[in-house]
Amino acid sequence: MMTDLLIKFGLSAGTLFIMFNIAGLLTWVERKQSAVMQDRIGANRASIFGFKAMGLFHAIADVLKMLSKEEFMPEGANKFLFNLAPYLSVIFALVGFAAIPIGGALIVNGHVIQLQAANLNIALIFIFAMMSMGVYGVVLAGFSSNNNYAFLGGMRGAAQMIAYEITMGAAIMGVIMVFNTLDLQALDVAQGAYMFGGWVPKWGVFVQPLAFFLFLTAATAETKRTPFDLPEGESEIIGYFVEYSGMKFGMFFLADLVETVLVAALMTTLFFGGWQVPYLHPDGFWFPWGGHVAMGNLPVVLLGILSFFIKMAFFIGGLMAVRWTLPRFRYDQLMNLGWKILLPVSLINIAITAIVITLMG
Amino acid sequence: MDNSTEKRRLELEKYFDPKGPFAAMRISQMKRAWKQSNRRELNFWENTYLPMLISGIFLTSKHFFYNVTFHILHLAGLYKEIPGAVTYQYPEKPRPLSSRLRTRHRLTKREDGSPRCVACMMCETVCPARCIEITAAEHPDPNIEKYPAEFILDLGKCVYCGFCVEVCPEDAIRMDTQKLNIAEYSRNSMIYNKKRLMDE
Repeated sequence: MMTDLLIKFGLSAGTLFIMFNIAGLLTWVERKQSAVMQDRIGANRASIFGFKAMGLFHAIADVLKMLSKEEFMPEGANKFLFNLAPYLSVIFALVGFAAIPIGGALIVNGHVIQLQAANLNIALIFIFAMMSMGVYGVVLAGFSSNNNYAFLGGMRGAAQMIAYEITMGAAIMGVIMVFNTLDLQALDVAQGAYMFGGWVPKWGVFVQPLAFFLFLTAATAETKRTPFDLPEGESEIIGYFVEYSGMKFGMFFLADLVETVLVAALMTTLFFGGWQVPYLHPDGFWFPWGGHVAMGNLPVVLLGILSFFIKMAFFIGGLMAVRWTLPRFRYDQLMNLGWKILLPVSLINIAITAIVITLMG
Repeated sequence: MDNSTEKRRLELEKYFDPKGPFAAMRISQMKRAWKQSNRRELNFWENTYLPMLISGIFLTSKHFFYNVTFHILHLAGLYKEIPGAVTYQYPEKPRPLSSRLRTRHRLTKREDGSPRCVACMMCETVCPARCIEITAAEHPDPNIEKYPAEFILDLGKCVYCGFCVEVCPEDAIRMDTQKLNIAEYSRNSMIYNKKRLMDE
């Protein structure tokens, strides 16, 4: 009993630690990647004893700056909601990680440890519930600031997130139908199967390619990143956190990055096999051309964790590249895309998937 | 056909002649006008955003991987002459300035180190900002007649028009020091006297 509790505690602490640090590192990645992309150098001035470490200390400097700034609250703001909103944003973004499996089944002294902080059999629904709760942070921040621009940003955020939530849910419906489970660990295990004579892994992206693109678009909109950053819209209305300063603004900023990591992790888990390595089975590699490399449990699990994080880093990089490539949508374009294109296409995708599954028995 | 119409036709032919002097300009103007009048709706693939998204990411990623390659090679000390960025790290590495650029003034010197200026007051007269103030004195050499006992130039007023350099008959004042970072804590330290103009 005690051991189980300790294992759970260690897993959740470890997951939180890793994801928090990745999100913190992303502030640096975002600045540096955009700089290199635009033929600039990027942040490189912060130094500790003359060591610059390619501007890595800017992340620390930013946090110190935000912690030491004045926490301003506008006159007429709703004190309770104003203080609550940033916490809601961050917490609901972070809680989602509990149900993401970062590795396969590790066996220690006969104990089977699933490398997933919470083994929920409704993991997917849990994550979606938490992601849709994130809209409360946005709406409350906009509503409580007593500022018209913040309010406009909050309204935009609510409309956008609700519109794209539906598409996101409809897009993964196809994946759930194919693998017939809501448990993300079981979903990852199921993606270890192979198609076409054992050459192509049965990953979500190969059985549901359309759903992948729908999910990618909807998830980008869900994280409120460019080209869907209308709730923020730095150049026009600044957005729902316009009245926030200091670490409360920092929390919104962090929530944004944590959501990016969460979406990248979800894309990896749902569509790219999570911790699956192609041709790696629980007892080692079995290549389709007839080779076999035997491996123990520990190296297999470690390879799986590595593959999960490599895939996740790839998707984070992709989301960042999209952010620095595309301009912002107009609001009518955003709504047209969400309601008139993505939603019907995702419903058609569900129908086709259902027909194919029925025909194949 | 009367004479004036024929004249008009010849005149028009001069502009529309494909070998004529203005042909290239006219053709590009007409092409631009044609393009503007033929704006079209986006087609199906452009409306799905995906091909455009991919081509956009291809472009930005091309820059990204090109620059990253050279940043990594620079860390290894290779290909230092090919930059990974188009920006300059300013306070450490100033941007190269054109030799023609009008920068801070200096007073040129004779071989004995005295100023070449003969205090003719031309620069003080022509200066639109009235930032030059010369106090003339008699030069011991009768061939030179005058020299500036004091030459005060207020850089806080100067507009860097370069008239003083153009008007100078003796090539005594030049704007070729390549110094532009003139920032001071008081207006008084922006005022340059003869010594500072000659030595700094």
